[in-house]
Amino acid sequence: MASKLFRPKKIRVLPGFKLTLGFTLFYLGLIVLIPLAAVFWKTSTLTWPEFWHTITMPTALASYRLTFGASFCAALVNVVFGLIVAWVLVRYEFFGKKIVDALVDLPFALPTAVAGITLAALYSQHGWIGQLLTPLGIKVANTQTGIFIALTFIGLPFIVRTVQPILEDLDPELEEAASSLGANRWQVFWRVILPMLTPALLTGFALAFARALGEYGSVIFIAGNIPMKTQITPVIIMAELDMFDYAKATAIAVVMLVASFALLLTINVLQWWTNRHNTTNLA
Amino acid sequence: MKTLLKILFTALIAISANAKEIKLLNVSYDPTRELYTEYNAAFTKHWKAKTGDNVVISQSHGGSGKQAQSVVNGLEADVVTLALAYDIDAIATQARTLPADWQKRLPNNSAPYASTIVFLVRKGNPKQIKDWDDIVKKGVSVVTPNPKTSGGARWTYLAAYAYALDKNTKNDAAAREFIKKLYKNVPVLDSGARGSTVTFAQRGIGDVLLAWENEAHLVLKEFGADKFEIVTPSLSILAEPPVSIVDKTVKRHGTTEVAKAYLDYLYSEEGQDIAGKNFYRPRSEKAAAKYAGNFASLKLVTIDGEFGGWAKAQKTHFADGGTFDQIFQP
Repeated sequence: MASKLFRPKKIRVLPGFKLTLGFTLFYLGLIVLIPLAAVFWKTSTLTWPEFWHTITMPTALASYRLTFGASFCAALVNVVFGLIVAWVLVRYEFFGKKIVDALVDLPFALPTAVAGITLAALYSQHGWIGQLLTPLGIKVANTQTGIFIALTFIGLPFIVRTVQPILEDLDPELEEAASSLGANRWQVFWRVILPMLTPALLTGFALAFARALGEYGSVIFIAGNIPMKTQITPVIIMAELDMFDYAKATAIAVVMLVASFALLLTINVLQWWTNRHNTTNLA
Repeated sequence: MKTLLKILFTALIAISANAKEIKLLNVSYDPTRELYTEYNAAFTKHWKAKTGDNVVISQSHGGSGKQAQSVVNGLEADVVTLALAYDIDAIATQARTLPADWQKRLPNNSAPYASTIVFLVRKGNPKQIKDWDDIVKKGVSVVTPNPKTSGGARWTYLAAYAYALDKNTKNDAAAREFIKKLYKNVPVLDSGARGSTVTFAQRGIGDVLLAWENEAHLVLKEFGADKFEIVTPSLSILAEPPVSIVDKTVKRHGTTEVAKAYLDYLYSEEGQDIAGKNFYRPRSEKAAAKYAGNFASLKLVTIDGEFGGWAKAQKTHFADGGTFDQIFQP
């Protein structure tokens, strides 16, 4: 019965569908599902009122707003500027391009704590950037702005690296054709290029957003971690753990997990929809 | 190459045949790095002279609560030397690897050295900070870690609370108001004592750091006495960082004897001297007299006397919805 369900319809050149699917399920189960199940299992030691009380503590509610809000804004900013970076890297040739290209990956490779310490040092009131901003009345370190900057930093490569290959495949002739058919520059970008890039931009956005939600290392150094103001949700989880309250820690983790999953699912659906929309348009 | 390996191998066997090599893991909290580096060397020498065995002691440092949690989760600590009894209590109740009455096994509540909470200010004391009242003033920026995650910060919080109680004839509401004002002046709540020290000393944030006495002295030593000065408030708390062996682990490792000796030796003259040298208040009269110049005298209250013990203090002040949480509620 099961073999009938999973049998591929087409005959493939390379065999091994069942084996690889089995492996995939096993692997995902081992690496992803079991740890996640443990989170839910640990939470289930709380009663419903306890669970509800924990996840709606004022400090927790404030931290969800901050974590999701700052992550969303950072990902959004990266969509705009990451697209520009990707565009420059794909469309133009210039001296040192390879180095710029490599720089983009740096936030991937840098241990997040290093990033956090560096950013905090730069933006503190005596730091290189901080001392320029302080006279203007702009405070970055230990404010929500600082969190936003840290999240923007770690999110950048996700957009650039997802958009870059799509841009490379994009034939400049399409733009020329659009132009010769009377489209102005704005229309070429808005009606021709952007629709083609939207799925990749959405993927990049989702990746950067998800990464920012779980970010801990780079944020704690620049955040200040004041409850209700600059405390991100992972810090609350750590605080619960430090008080040996595993159940409460996992309860808040479950909220993060469910919310992130719902958001990622929404973005995936959106992506699927734009993909279909594009193909029908082109057809 | 092969012969070289062979020689190395036989040499290794020869060494291990001569003297037993014993491994010991000491899981400690943040600011004890320097203390235990020095003490471990002294104890290794002492044990070698006494028994001929080599002890290799590994240290692990971090926020006290996090360290205790690692031990609960299976970190194979032979001895724990943490910031507060509550954290070792947690190991006793959650992992059941040591008896509940562990604190009665060694003298002075199992705390071979004591400390307290003092202020560290920038040279010249530009904000004229003399006592607790000065740090709750408007415009004074205070650096201290989060009491929920840092043992030292819990001592700090309670020291401030005790001062406010003392000043306001034990009026709890007034003490809460005081503590609220204090934490409104805190721009950064780091997760551990060392983190706050870095924030204050290296990143230049804040006018005053509320720190372990030993940590404050260490900053003077590391960064130079020309940059900071220590201010001792009129009243603070007697912080007793306790030590214990982890019974079940040492039994399994076969290290009971050496682990016990390791902790006992902390109470010896040499151990006390090292504690004093590293700016912990020694318990022995001789070492206390020797280092008396380092420690200003002040009124010290105890957690048991003022707050009815850790379990109660934890519940009232640091648990979810406790007085600390209420500070930040609008």
